[in-house]
Amino acid sequence: MANIVDDEMIEYVGILAKLELSGKEKEQAKADMGKMLDYIDKLQELDTSGVEAMSHVFGVKNVFREDVVTNGDRREDILKNAPEEKNGMFMVPRTFL
Amino acid sequence: MKMDVLDLPAVELAEKIRAGEVTAMEALQAVLDSIDEKEEIYHCYITVDRDGAMRKAEAVQKKIESGQLCGRLAGVPAAVKDNICTRGILTTCASRMLGNFIPPYSAEAVLRMEKAGMVIIGKTNMDEFAMGSTTETSAYGETKNPWDIGRVPGGSSGGSAAAVAAKECFAALGSDTGGSIRQPAAFCGVVGIKPTYGTVSRHGLVAYGSSLDQIGPIGKDVTDCAALLEVIASYDKKDSTSIKRDDTDFMDALSEDVKGMKIGIPIDYFGDGLDDGVKDAVLKAAEALKEKGAIVEGFYLSLVEYAIPAYYTIASAEASSNLERFDGIKYGYRTPECGGLHDMYKKTRSEGFGPEVKRRIMLGSFVLSSGYYDAYYLKALKVKALIKKAFDDAFARYDVILGPTAPAAAPVLGASLSDPVRMYLGDIYTVAVNLAGLPAISLPCGRDVEGMPVGLQMIGDCFQEKKIIRAAYAYEKARGPFAAPGLLTSAADGKN
Repeated sequence: MANIVDDEMIEYVGILAKLELSGKEKEQAKADMGKMLDYIDKLQELDTSGVEAMSHVFGVKNVFREDVVTNGDRREDILKNAPEEKNGMFMVPRTFL
Repeated sequence: MKMDVLDLPAVELAEKIRAGEVTAMEALQAVLDSIDEKEEIYHCYITVDRDGAMRKAEAVQKKIESGQLCGRLAGVPAAVKDNICTRGILTTCASRMLGNFIPPYSAEAVLRMEKAGMVIIGKTNMDEFAMGSTTETSAYGETKNPWDIGRVPGGSSGGSAAAVAAKECFAALGSDTGGSIRQPAAFCGVVGIKPTYGTVSRHGLVAYGSSLDQIGPIGKDVTDCAALLEVIASYDKKDSTSIKRDDTDFMDALSEDVKGMKIGIPIDYFGDGLDDGVKDAVLKAAEALKEKGAIVEGFYLSLVEYAIPAYYTIASAEASSNLERFDGIKYGYRTPECGGLHDMYKKTRSEGFGPEVKRRIMLGSFVLSSGYYDAYYLKALKVKALIKKAFDDAFARYDVILGPTAPAAAPVLGASLSDPVRMYLGDIYTVAVNLAGLPAISLPCGRDVEGMPVGLQMIGDCFQEKKIIRAAYAYEKARGPFAAPGLLTSAADGKN
């Protein structure tokens, strides 16, 4: 069955993905995503009742450690990559309009 | 003398360096000259760290002479894929988003290479954030296949594979989420290994699909790849999926003895869509192993056609989550103009990411969204369990699974990106290996009618790298030397 991806759905996905698409990109995304969903729908052919979802192949459990600092103070190093910084802190645009 | 050095495999080069016949600086200079000559044509690198590399080569040479460094790869110049962090060296992931990112730390695999005395030359081109099969989605231009500059080198580790084939390095690191080491190795006529999940630390590898990603070696031959894998394999506390292993002496597996080894060939790998030239070359390779005493037989693996849809669902879902960190605040690109914080996020990401990355983030966001999570994401995880089970059943009977790495040799530039689903189909033999966490190797086994290299893939059960290395080494010896491509040394050559 062909999946129809409409404007509303693309709008919604754009919000989730934090992406702003141009009109042309939106049309392309609708077509591409429809096609990909049609393809992924192939999975529905398989009966997976009673099958447990597998997230990790070896069933590795959570790995815990003591909360001890092992690295030194690298603030200056880290801030070198910040698009904007001020007084040793990351600078962000206005958060309330 | 220079050209002779470039022809050497990495392990032999290191032997000569230890014997005092060549210095690490001479080896590096040969590579830098080779890059000067050919990089304009092939464009394997995004960044070449000439000065830093030469300083390191000098330091390494001193340590080799004083006996402090005696590893199998000490002094060897190597390249690193640009999604693996290198302290102080630009690491872009071939994306505009990380166009100015200089990591404050190195990936664990890179630290291991440096500790072994390897000299990092630079960072290789790739598909943006490792999403693609051709290296054409790079924001920094396409890499050309050294066998035919009208064709892609494969991807996403296309720059690493092409750099090895073009003799612009002796070995390289790649990363493999769905075939990104094996497929470009196949397309460029070199060798690549995707290790068992958890064998090489992912710390410092920019995450794409975390449950699938593994760093691995690309080299001129099986020996070089085994040696490099031995260097980078390690348990690392900084990667919580890292696995403690005490069998990472992979060079011990370099034996031609395959007598009695059970090799299974999935009959369902040889259906529609497989190029005849690839099929013939792969079956001939199987025959060669049989002649050496291996027991080779066909079997049905099953579920082959479900691996790609399961893979793209899971990989896109993980990508959408992993790539949320690119928000224009801590590092990387930030849009120059924006209204407020949320506007900044959206504009930064829309301007910073290329089309294929956006495509996968959107698909991933969708399959994880409420209402669709069970139908798509959870379903894919269940299919993954079934695929793993199919491999478990196969490995109860066979030591190694043998088949093609890709259904055809390298396509021409520009032919793949227009239809994403079609491009994804090229990953049919590689993605299942990542879903099941298995190790696999690709090595050249012949050429198709157009003269392009064909890749042979051998898959092992979890932690059985040694078996596939042994089988690959035995085949490589039976095959004999694989011809190198006729390399161009100036752009004008390419037009002839």
